[in-house]
Amino acid sequence: MAYANVSLKPPSFGETMRSDAWWAQPALVFLGLSAFIVYSTWAAFQGEHYHFGPYLSPFYSPELWGSSPHSLLGPKPGWWPDWAPFSPALLILWAPAGFRLSCYYYRGAYYKAFWADPPSCAVGEPRKSYLGEHSFPLILQNAHRYFLYLALLFLLLLAHDVWKSLWFDDPATGAVKFGVGVGTLVLALNVVLLSGYAFGCHSLRHLLGGFRDQLSQSPAALKPYACVSCLNRRHMLWAWMSLFSVMFSDVYVRLCSMGIWRDLRLI
Amino acid sequence: MKPATFRIWRGDSQGGEFRDYTTEVAEGMVVLDAVHQIQATQANDLACRWNCKAGKCGSCSAEVNGMPRLLCMTRLHDLPIDKPVTIEPMRTFPSLKDLVTDVSWNFRVKKKIKKFKPRPPDAPDGTWRMAQADIDRVQEFRKCIECYLCQDVCHVLRDHGKQDAFIGPRFFIYTAALEMHPLDTEDRLGELQQTHGIGYCNITKCCTKVCPESITITDNAIIPLKERVVDEFYDPLGKLWKKLRG
Repeated sequence: MAYANVSLKPPSFGETMRSDAWWAQPALVFLGLSAFIVYSTWAAFQGEHYHFGPYLSPFYSPELWGSSPHSLLGPKPGWWPDWAPFSPALLILWAPAGFRLSCYYYRGAYYKAFWADPPSCAVGEPRKSYLGEHSFPLILQNAHRYFLYLALLFLLLLAHDVWKSLWFDDPATGAVKFGVGVGTLVLALNVVLLSGYAFGCHSLRHLLGGFRDQLSQSPAALKPYACVSCLNRRHMLWAWMSLFSVMFSDVYVRLCSMGIWRDLRLI
Repeated sequence: MKPATFRIWRGDSQGGEFRDYTTEVAEGMVVLDAVHQIQATQANDLACRWNCKAGKCGSCSAEVNGMPRLLCMTRLHDLPIDKPVTIEPMRTFPSLKDLVTDVSWNFRVKKKIKKFKPRPPDAPDGTWRMAQADIDRVQEFRKCIECYLCQDVCHVLRDHGKQDAFIGPRFFIYTAALEMHPLDTEDRLGELQQTHGIGYCNITKCCTKVCPESITITDNAIIPLKERVVDEFYDPLGKLWKKLRG
């Protein structure tokens, strides 16, 4: 009988008896989210190459003020301070960013990956004090449903962008003609994936029926509740797929606009 | 049969140490079988709580290779037995002896939760009518075997010791089963937000990961309760909307 030199004291940071690769998932989340944050911040500050023909990058939609034909209210407003960098994306990106930042899935994921609270299940933490979402600032996460309302509005606008991406200018006649390009499919797939993510939202699930104790008393709520619950079961998957699709859509439009990629017309 | 080493915590509330025991293991054995074998042949005084050996009583909760698990449901062929397999008591609860912990804090917490308060009976014979669609949702929570592995892995209790301010995942399931019950009329949202500390949960989903009954604790119980708390305390526009609709 041998004696092992380990103790049952509260573990210090990173200490665990787990023998599996517990660090792999938080490391992947850290890398994935960091890549997205770096790219989206860079893209948002560019203020150019965000549209190509009928395509508009989802980072810049809706374009409230801007220099492209997609602009809703005209060019850069006069009241914008000269010292502040201007990009149409900076005016709107706070809304989808707030939706993802306060999303129940992402919260759990980035608390682990960025704040090590905990680094992984049954792994020692770096600090002993803890407030959680019980008090400021994380109590503000309770505003998630307000960001959901904005996200649903954005989905409508992005769906409208897909509709607009079906109409191409004919350089020969100057007329507008129906068509489908690879960009159309990229933008359409992005809306599908974003819908899968937004319609599987925990807050939406609650608002559509989860708040009721007797769902059967509201037959109209039964089916929507079941559909949202179905999407909700794969919320993490939708969250990641839509995150990458929105980034890829911007890359696609940007590279086409810069002339590096050629948009293939299918119809 | 081949030999495997088990590194088992031996000690009590005063302290202790891990000791290595090597024993023969065969195909189909679970960790609890190995513990019983060691108990019978090498360490007659090894304390281990167990009962059904079928994953239904929730007695043999412990930590195997650092993860909270039921000893009777952890098959040896799922573990790397070429290295010592560590077995220790649940770290969140006070140690009594060896693998046995004092889980009585949970019983005290349960007493603090408002009991089931049904509406008046629907029929003159004193019975109620419920739709299957309404009861389906809370049925999942009734699978809980009270093994307290979710309480053990929850970092709010395990690392931050918030036992005075947070009731833990097991009792959020219990509260959800009552709060979402189609007959129940009691309001537990005030306690959930204040004394039961639902805001301390930061949705790491570790409780869901270790649940031997595969209850979707976080998504189906804790988050829906958090949303009900938002309805009551953090959604002024929603409240206004409800007021306008009467």
